[in-house]
Amino acid sequence: MRPIKPLFSYGPMPTYRILLCAVLAFGLMFAEHRFSAVEAARSHLTSVVAPIQWLVSLPSEGMRWGAMAVSDKQSLIDENQRLREQLLTLSNRVQRMASLTAENVHLRELLNAPNPDDVPYITAELLSLDSDPFTQQIVINRGRRDGAYIGQPVMDASGLIGQVVSVSAYTSRVLMVADANHAVPVEINRNGLRFIVQGTGQLDTLDVTSVPATADIREGDLLVTSGLGGRFPRGYPVARVTTVQRESSQAFMEVAAEPVAQPERSRYFLLLFPPTPPSTEGLDGAERIARQVVWPGDPAHPNKGQISEAGLTAALKVQEGSESP
Amino acid sequence: MTIFGYLFVWFTLLLALCLQVMPLPDAWLVWRPDWLGILLAYWCVAIPQRVGVIHGFVLGLMLDLIEGAPLGQNALTLSLLAYLFLLLYQRFRVYSIWQQAVLVFVLLGIAQLLEQWLRTIFGPVSVSLEFLIPALIGAALWPWLFTMMQVLRRRLGIG
Repeated sequence: MRPIKPLFSYGPMPTYRILLCAVLAFGLMFAEHRFSAVEAARSHLTSVVAPIQWLVSLPSEGMRWGAMAVSDKQSLIDENQRLREQLLTLSNRVQRMASLTAENVHLRELLNAPNPDDVPYITAELLSLDSDPFTQQIVINRGRRDGAYIGQPVMDASGLIGQVVSVSAYTSRVLMVADANHAVPVEINRNGLRFIVQGTGQLDTLDVTSVPATADIREGDLLVTSGLGGRFPRGYPVARVTTVQRESSQAFMEVAAEPVAQPERSRYFLLLFPPTPPSTEGLDGAERIARQVVWPGDPAHPNKGQISEAGLTAALKVQEGSESP
Repeated sequence: MTIFGYLFVWFTLLLALCLQVMPLPDAWLVWRPDWLGILLAYWCVAIPQRVGVIHGFVLGLMLDLIEGAPLGQNALTLSLLAYLFLLLYQRFRVYSIWQQAVLVFVLLGIAQLLEQWLRTIFGPVSVSLEFLIPALIGAALWPWLFTMMQVLRRRLGIG
């Protein structure tokens, strides 16, 4: 005979358990704030829940596939047509771009200015949108195994999306420029004025902060990354100015901008690998100069950051020159 | 409770976790019911000697990892939710189903409020009363969910 079940039964002492859990939870939150070891542990743990992330991305994948499978011939033809036209426009632009790049390089050589690098990149696919309505983040299918790192800039076809904030083995999480926690240094493409663009929490609005009332900024101005701060490479489009509110009594203007990237429509992204200046810590004299001479190196040169023979010779010459007279 | 019973409990909880993190269009996000919260509440009321605070903590930790929230934020919220239901489950069982729904709304709302507080500690967020919508919809779903889960549970002989 089964024993009679007690009518009301607690598990063992929920009060102690909740106290234990609360202490643990606060401990974790605090530790994550303070110690980087927790971040590393987190990135390993995130790999554990990767199956769930993959699982929940299946329905939307299936929907997309299904929509493709049942779409009729006419719409496919239309799409094909549209893509062909787009291809034509783009290849036309690329051709012009090639000659302009050549011209630009030539002019820079005349001015003795260093050539900007081509930034290497890898492509990534959207894995899941953020399920939290109060933050703007996405998860993409590239992780530590693919070389993604925290702070890495992420683009889509039309502009800057944001930066990587956490990396697990196969996935990483991207904080979008529209998140209230995100800010990016930009300049106006037209005249080079530099500002900071801050997210507002809404996908379609960004704040341009601290714009003096006399600044030359207009509606429709394109804001591109300025490369200051060292995180984002220079010259990638971020946003277009939508409203400029000038009040004569205020020292600053209220300027709003709209991101040019389309995070709600893009599925494919680019993870950029902007060249980092090689570390010159602990070096001095010729070697230090040599490293700076090599920088910025060309991306085709895989041993960037190492001292090239030519660089070292040049540096030694410079040093001799400065010491001998 | 048999092994099968435990598996079933974890299966439903993981299913709720999947629903909780399922990608949705941006405008629908605030309208998502608090799936994990109501499922956890159900099991805490149905078999309080088996499911409780620790379940909430583990599931919350997984949710934190998936959502990229500060580690421990949802863990704290969900273990508190489980604790509140464990405190109240005796009273809860004698309520009519609509009274239960109201109580579910209040408790889910408390949990969501705690989550909002934790959010504001960790960074700037836009605060609005929208955060109560998941609790409201969860409470509206409660009568159906409760009835369905009771039938399932009795048929499978869990508890």
